[in-house]
Amino acid sequence: MTTKLSANDLTLFRGERCLFRHLSFALNQGELLLLEGRNGTGKTSLMRAIAGLISFEAGEIFWGDVPVLSDRQAFHGALVWMAHRVGFKADLTLVENLRFEANLRSQSGADFDEVLHRLDIDRLKRLPIRSLSAGQQRRVALARMLLSGAPLWLMDEPFTNLDREGRELVVKLTSEHLDMGGMCIMAAHQDVEIGSNAQKIVLQ
Amino acid sequence: MIPWFVVPGLFLVAYGAYAGLFVAPMDYQQGDAFRIIYVHVPSAYLSMMTYMIMATSAGIGLIWRIKLAHAVAAAAAPIGAWFTFLALATGSIWGKPMWGTWWEWGDPRLTSELIMLFLYFGYMALRGAIDDTAKADKSSAVLALVGAVNVPIIHFSVEWWSSLHQGPTLVRKGGPAMDTAMLYPLLAMILGFTFLFGALLLRRVRAEVLYRERRTRWVREMILSKGT
Amino acid sequence: MTGDAPAMLAGMLGVIRRDLLLAWKRPGDILNPLFFFVMVAALFPLAVGPSPEQLEFSGPAVLWVAALLAMLLSLNSLFLSDFEDGSLDQMLVSPVPLPALALGKSIMHWLTSGLPLVLISPVVAITFRMPASVTGFLMITLLLGTISLSLLGSIGAALTVGLHRGTALLSLLILPLAMPVLIFGARTVSLVAAGDGVAGGLYFLGAYAVLVLSFAPFATAAALRISNE
Repeated sequence: MTTKLSANDLTLFRGERCLFRHLSFALNQGELLLLEGRNGTGKTSLMRAIAGLISFEAGEIFWGDVPVLSDRQAFHGALVWMAHRVGFKADLTLVENLRFEANLRSQSGADFDEVLHRLDIDRLKRLPIRSLSAGQQRRVALARMLLSGAPLWLMDEPFTNLDREGRELVVKLTSEHLDMGGMCIMAAHQDVEIGSNAQKIVLQ
Repeated sequence: MIPWFVVPGLFLVAYGAYAGLFVAPMDYQQGDAFRIIYVHVPSAYLSMMTYMIMATSAGIGLIWRIKLAHAVAAAAAPIGAWFTFLALATGSIWGKPMWGTWWEWGDPRLTSELIMLFLYFGYMALRGAIDDTAKADKSSAVLALVGAVNVPIIHFSVEWWSSLHQGPTLVRKGGPAMDTAMLYPLLAMILGFTFLFGALLLRRVRAEVLYRERRTRWVREMILSKGT
Repeated sequence: MTGDAPAMLAGMLGVIRRDLLLAWKRPGDILNPLFFFVMVAALFPLAVGPSPEQLEFSGPAVLWVAALLAMLLSLNSLFLSDFEDGSLDQMLVSPVPLPALALGKSIMHWLTSGLPLVLISPVVAITFRMPASVTGFLMITLLLGTISLSLLGSIGAALTVGLHRGTALLSLLILPLAMPVLIFGARTVSLVAAGDGVAGGLYFLGAYAVLVLSFAPFATAAALRISNE
């Protein structure tokens, strides 16, 4: 299974503004890439571009040795995306939402109830998402990450709205994921300590 | 390059207009009124050709990501809309003495042109509603392509629909059956209009490209070097 | 792009199932266009006058226009909630080919807007004194026509999702493209009422539906990607 992400000479524009040029990086199994920078420097745009939601002006991303643009499906099948907006239907329950997600991507086979229990949201199972607090919704988003079998985690500001327990949970889950050979790209604007060797890209 | 288009264009239009208005004999059925086809037919033909150019260049811009192609599509749209309007106006003016009304639903050409006008409006409205130029380019390109697929279908369906009602139509015959004295000025007008269209398009594309690239160095240098 | 078929199907059915669940929880989404259809169809006789010949004559046309407008009404919000809550993002990064998901959305729209119209049309047709044989053809034309409208409309909805004044723009974009459907749909029924042959009209509607089916999901997918940027 290919687990190497590399990027060459990326240039990204947002409207007329150039966010960055000639950005390159490489990420191997078990590694974490941190994107740091103040608000508005383009962290989210870079993440969205890596995920394939926006296109780069120049440069290429490779998954293994294959450019992502020539086999989008393989790349998307290997990643799971956690954005600022959690991406669940407010009127449906947690269970209904996650069941739908199982149709969107292959699952890791982890036990559903166990995962919910781990994230401390199993008692919220039958509630519609709109009844959950922002922090609880973010935990449901974490459930999405755990339930999918994807090796590459893309997380945009995962600590938003989480209390200290929640933040520690994110750190713990990410470390475990990396230890198991997964990869992670995370955008955050607070100091994050996960693992000893995290690559950093700081956007101005 | 523009003068290459303007000069022959003006010349041809001048010839066509003169010949059409004065030299060609009166059509036995419609009198002098028919002369308006010298403006109507070129307009109608160009309105369709412009749409095809717009859709094609939008498609090229979308698939191969060529910025110039998008600029051409954007520049062509208003021109096409005006030609369509002109075709409708001249068609209506022609119709008045013939049918007694300003509008006749039974005529397929007129109805198709009306729908085409809406297609243009939709394209321009979509462009206008999106602020980001690149996004507007891509969105409107999708619309133009979908529209292009539909244009022949629209024509066909309007033809069928109006054939159910035996209404009067404009220019059922025409073409080779026409007397040469009438035909040549028509061809000249068509050609002349096309050249003028080319000139207009080039001017607009140039303006469009300059606007889009206004932040780049080469544009700034060009403006500065031209003096105040 | 070789998607494996089971995943595509699962994705498409998943979208349909999810959105049906949502519609179940918010029945207004289905009922609103339906009420609109009935109301518009009822407005015409009120405006035109109760003369039976006029009613019978204008029946097919009025019903068709009302159906078209009702479908337009429900198209606007097709992708709106997905766009706003971020689930569109998730669909775009899923390995399931986007056209399959877009097709799922279109099918969903037809199931909740088109099909109910077809089913309720006989009831409304009665007020226009439409004979039963004609009503049958009305339903067939509506069936085929609403399929095309859902598919075409999805493209428009995808292009305008998230824009200001999106509804008006959506109508402007879709109506010219929907003309052939309206023309053939309404006129075919009128022809039946007058006793003429209808095969041509029905074939056209069927062929058009197939044609639209072949490109609309791809156009919708492309439009969704662009609009979501």
